[in-house]
Amino acid sequence: MKYTVDENGFYGDFGGAFIPEMLHRNVAELREKYLEIYASDQFQSQFGNLLHDYAGRPTPLYFASRLSKKNGAKIYLKREDLCHTGSHKINNAIGQILLARHLGKTRIIAETGAGQHGVATATVCALMGLKCIVYMGEIDMKRQAPNVARMKMLGAEVRAAVSGSKTLKDATNEAIRDWISNPEDTYYMIGSVVGPHPYPDLVAKFQSVISEETRKQLSEKENRENPDYVIACVGGGSNAAGAFYHYLDEPQVKLIAVEAAGKGVDSGESAATSILGKPGIIHGSKTLLMQTEDGQIVEPYSISAGLDYPGIGPLHAHLFASGRAEFLSATDDEAMKAGLELCRLEGIIPAIESAHALAALEKMRFSADDVVVVCLSGRGDKDLATYIEYFKI
Amino acid sequence: MTRLSKLFNSDKKLLSVYFTAGFPAVGDTVKIITELEKNGVDFIEIGLPFSDPLADGPVIQHSSTAAIENGMTARLLFEQLSGIRTSVKIPLLIMGYFNSILQFGVENFVRKCAEVGINGLIIPDLPFEIYASDYRDIFEKYGLSMVFLVTPQTSDARIRQIDSLSTSFIYLVSSATITGNSSDFGKAQDDYFRRISNLKLKSPCVTGFGIHDKNTFTAATKFTSGAIVGSAFIRYLEKSSIDSIDRFVQQFH
Repeated sequence: MKYTVDENGFYGDFGGAFIPEMLHRNVAELREKYLEIYASDQFQSQFGNLLHDYAGRPTPLYFASRLSKKNGAKIYLKREDLCHTGSHKINNAIGQILLARHLGKTRIIAETGAGQHGVATATVCALMGLKCIVYMGEIDMKRQAPNVARMKMLGAEVRAAVSGSKTLKDATNEAIRDWISNPEDTYYMIGSVVGPHPYPDLVAKFQSVISEETRKQLSEKENRENPDYVIACVGGGSNAAGAFYHYLDEPQVKLIAVEAAGKGVDSGESAATSILGKPGIIHGSKTLLMQTEDGQIVEPYSISAGLDYPGIGPLHAHLFASGRAEFLSATDDEAMKAGLELCRLEGIIPAIESAHALAALEKMRFSADDVVVVCLSGRGDKDLATYIEYFKI
Repeated sequence: MTRLSKLFNSDKKLLSVYFTAGFPAVGDTVKIITELEKNGVDFIEIGLPFSDPLADGPVIQHSSTAAIENGMTARLLFEQLSGIRTSVKIPLLIMGYFNSILQFGVENFVRKCAEVGINGLIIPDLPFEIYASDYRDIFEKYGLSMVFLVTPQTSDARIRQIDSLSTSFIYLVSSATITGNSSDFGKAQDDYFRRISNLKLKSPCVTGFGIHDKNTFTAATKFTSGAIVGSAFIRYLEKSSIDSIDRFVQQFH
């Protein structure tokens, strides 16, 4: 079984580029050029240098001893939360801003949910001196006000998406509509492994540094490159794609994707796409999608603004359908509890997105010598208001 | 000869109107179609509302959301259209996004269209390559036309491929925009329409996006066979009764 993208932009039955003709030229340009640019020495050296000197990579692979003791396995945290801007999103933003520059684009647009990708985009645009417009759902702007302020400080314009559910899905719609209306100078910097081909592949490649480092770090610490488990949360699925990437063809490594169950998978307020979704088209990609019988896209719910996407990346849809990855889900309550537990056990305040991955630990059975890598995709500073309200701190 | 191709035999500049099925009220579909035909509209695009219409501006986003809330579905639309060919003679097309059609089942959808007398489909997010490889046979089996979009960014080579696949007309998107743009047309559009005209395509072209009054209609049809009015009609319906559709259509004659 092949888990990477095929020549037509598909992962098994999922993926492709179901886009209006207005986007054809820009998407085709990207498709024709991204592999060559990505493989060039110049790009690799610029990308590597910025990841190292600017983003602060490699991020530590930290052996969480107290968390390990509690769960009866050797648990390592891949510390993406220590990246510049506070999450793994910067990896992709650096890759794509270099790509945009190679393509000669001068105006950058992006969508953001929790604001982490928006902040990462605003950051690299400031770094490169490029104009930056970030679309963000009106509701998310309220939930994640500190990130809105950060983007503004970094010189970005934040535009509220007021259509539909006013969250990530709608911000993505607005960004795509902007790209349709500005086809000449604009680059669309998508934040997850979603959207039309080649975005899912290029974002996965830029995030694959996570598993590339994990392999090296594990061989130093455990004398083996492969863990028994890799656990990551999935909204669109970019940190999971990066954490899984170099293990996709290592069947002995069990890949665990954790979705947001919200108030419960069957509560009607959930974002557990693999369970609740059916194949459909969202944002130019064929994937598993939460929708009505009539094909209207359903509004997802999660306490975490980074996980309430009604689809998942087509790579993940393929990993689910093929059984290569196991999909679990964690409710709001389980994630919040796991987040606070990490604070108390390890002195690390995780993003609520990442707390969903941590919440999976309790649902699993380990042997004492199992090596488990959890991708700690982001830090929880942006979520303080939610933590404070939830725990009445 | 099909209803659609017959239409393009005359020199008349064709007027087409788009409306969202289920808007303003869920039961308005047949009445709107009948009124549009009575007032001299040459063919009609019936919009199947979708929750996330990527190529549409705020006006059609709003009419789509309202139509879905009113209970419009593909199934209901086909029920409403089931007797339409006993009275309505002009060509009818459905414009919808691919997910709605995928969920209905592509062949089911195309068969239902043929049964009720729909002549063609416009599916903005189904690229012609995927149509050609996966769905063309189904459309041919049921004798339905697929209408493709061409934009100012579409290369000449690609336009020729689209032309060769087209069986009725090509939908010329007036500029790099989503629907509902209310700016006037300038030299850029004129040059673009002229460029397309100079390609001497086998298929006639009809212009859409941004046609909102007599001026834009005239400019849009200078080099093409006709133009489609969408958002401007929806805006009119937001304010006026469907009994006064005649007044809206008159301004284009």
